[in-house]
Amino acid sequence: MTRKREFKSQEIYVNMGPQHPSTHGVLRLMLRTDGEIVSDVAPMIGYLHRCAEKYGESGTYQMMIPYTDRMDYLAGMNCNWAYCLAAEKLGNVVVPERAEYIRIVMGELNRIASHLIAFGTYGLDLGAFTPFFYALDEREKILDLFEMVCGARLTYSYFRIGGVSQDLPEGWEQRCNQFIDDFRLRMKEFNDLLSHNYIFIKRTADVGVISPAMAIDYGCTGPVLRGSGVRWDLRIDEAYSLYDRFRFQIPIGRGEKGAIGDSWDRYMVRIREMEQSCDIIKQALRGLPDTGEYRAKVPKVFKPPKGEVYVRSESSKGELGFYLISDGTDRPYRVKARSPSLSNLCVLPAISEGMMIADLVATLGSLDIVMGEIDR
Amino acid sequence: MPILENKFEENVVFSTVDEMINWCRLSSIWPMTFGLACCAIEMMAVGAGQYDMDRFGAGAFRATPRQSDLMIVAGTVTYKMAIRIKRLYEQMPDPKYVMALGVCASAGGPYYEHGYHVLKGVDKIVPVDIYVPGCPPRPEALFDGLLKLQEKIRHQKVLRRPDDEEIAALQAQTEQYDQETRKLHPVPKEYRG
Amino acid sequence: MEIQEIHARLAREFPDAVEAPPEVTSGETFLKVTAASIQDVCRFLKTESDLEFDSLMSLSGVDYPPEELVVVYHLCSTLRRHRVVLKVFVPREDPKLPTVSSVWPTANWHEREAYDLFGIRFLGHPGLRRILLPHDWEGHPLRKDYVFPTEYRGIKCHD
Repeated sequence: MTRKREFKSQEIYVNMGPQHPSTHGVLRLMLRTDGEIVSDVAPMIGYLHRCAEKYGESGTYQMMIPYTDRMDYLAGMNCNWAYCLAAEKLGNVVVPERAEYIRIVMGELNRIASHLIAFGTYGLDLGAFTPFFYALDEREKILDLFEMVCGARLTYSYFRIGGVSQDLPEGWEQRCNQFIDDFRLRMKEFNDLLSHNYIFIKRTADVGVISPAMAIDYGCTGPVLRGSGVRWDLRIDEAYSLYDRFRFQIPIGRGEKGAIGDSWDRYMVRIREMEQSCDIIKQALRGLPDTGEYRAKVPKVFKPPKGEVYVRSESSKGELGFYLISDGTDRPYRVKARSPSLSNLCVLPAISEGMMIADLVATLGSLDIVMGEIDR
Repeated sequence: MPILENKFEENVVFSTVDEMINWCRLSSIWPMTFGLACCAIEMMAVGAGQYDMDRFGAGAFRATPRQSDLMIVAGTVTYKMAIRIKRLYEQMPDPKYVMALGVCASAGGPYYEHGYHVLKGVDKIVPVDIYVPGCPPRPEALFDGLLKLQEKIRHQKVLRRPDDEEIAALQAQTEQYDQETRKLHPVPKEYRG
Repeated sequence: MEIQEIHARLAREFPDAVEAPPEVTSGETFLKVTAASIQDVCRFLKTESDLEFDSLMSLSGVDYPPEELVVVYHLCSTLRRHRVVLKVFVPREDPKLPTVSSVWPTANWHEREAYDLFGIRFLGHPGLRRILLPHDWEGHPLRKDYVFPTEYRGIKCHD
């Protein structure tokens, strides 16, 4: 005899974060759940709001550079670069060729370092501990290279308006070359460890699918947009600096393991981007002029003419834009940073309805957010 | 204890209870997985292969405050976060220790002057045992802080009846924290965002 | 498409809403749009087949005391590879304008941020509340006359 019993389910609110191992910093997600099924997600941000835009207005143009480091602390060089690009466009500064090459090498190295963290922590989120050690081991080598040029491991402030703060030390190019050669061999191990791992594919394929139209509507950029199959990379589409001289591919999500734009695609775009960055660095080291200035002559008191610019560049997370307004003095009137992570995160509520909580973690990890950049 | 010397086999060590408890405590400090900002990345590097915090018995990062002994405040503390940090600290079981990693957590750091939303030092809300300067501190600096903390634990008195003055001081401290906690009232339930 | 052409298209469709781009000596120029019509202008820019501004790059507030607050929209078309800057001037005492979050969903958080830091109210926004600062924070910090707090929930801000 079967007895009929009525089960009543009730939706409850669950707080995930701000102290949570898989929210990548101090993100707080308010979940409305019915058992394991998430019916609504409300991300709450601002736990790391450090007033960077106020600092931009309070100091001179150069004084903002260290604060840009601390926005996206995983890719400090790229943030420095985006800000310097904006200030240079505002003040009509021409950057010497050697400086541009050095910048490209640093930017791409930092992109690899940032993607390595994304790779390692994504494994951690999904319960794979080993990739984290592999990733951080390689990252330490990149940090050593950075230490040689500017002495810092994380917050570099290496870029200056008009160039970089100092020239490359002796023997740096050889070490960098050596690192790239070694790193290419290690990439195969990464793929064996995680990318083609059966459990990993099961956890990420067809999870958190973002359609191309949705990605554009929500302002997603970088690997998130490219993971959805949109070929859009500012390094090619708005070739800033000297990127038009380089030959490289833009990896996009092709839906190899599931639908186009799922978490695996976004993850794989990052892995393939690391390979492309290696190519770019190799080309840049070959093309690096032996002599030449590493910094343009920019007056100590940098006073750009009255006007405003919005300059964007491809950071490791996506489109990092700086909107600078000058009123003719040595301090910017307004500094606004358009951070890629903010727009990448705001798509989360739209795609996470009806998900399991564990899949939400997988989706959030594949977006690769940095709270310092979201909250600024 | 000369009377007992050479009476036992090797590997038997005589010590005080205090020393033994302190030795146990300092050799397995479990930190909380709790990163705030840039310094958390250095904390991650410390946990990874090259620096390997496990060498000092402090590598077991716990995800919940209820299982951890050490709160490493790694990064800038904002007012919005300060309330949560206070609550996390209260959830930790005694004995608990706090390390302020980096200048932001120690005193506000680069965000001191115009940082309207930045707490000027985490010691304004929780008692701090070790300050590690740097922006961010190198992993070696974190180790130094950890070793200093171990040294601090080594000299703690565990089994001792506090005298009246100490009891009064402890009570005053507890009351002060209670009052502050009341001020830091929780976010109303109806508000979400 | 250049900004003059875009302006010509908009002027035909919305005769009184859009001003001609001012001459600037350096940097980028912009189109000044009236507050009341910003939503229609944006929808037009997004849907018209030869404009197709499908992406809102950035939405920022700027404070010009004592009279005005400005909302700046940076638009870009990923298909046509052109971009335009729109500006809406609103009075500082009572800053309000229609939301564009129904046109580009990404505007939702950007508008909340502008509300949080500048106190600009976006009419018709699905949930206009503070995003970065705590809900009981007083004032809008990126306004030029913002006075720093001395205390927040019993915590002293400076020694």
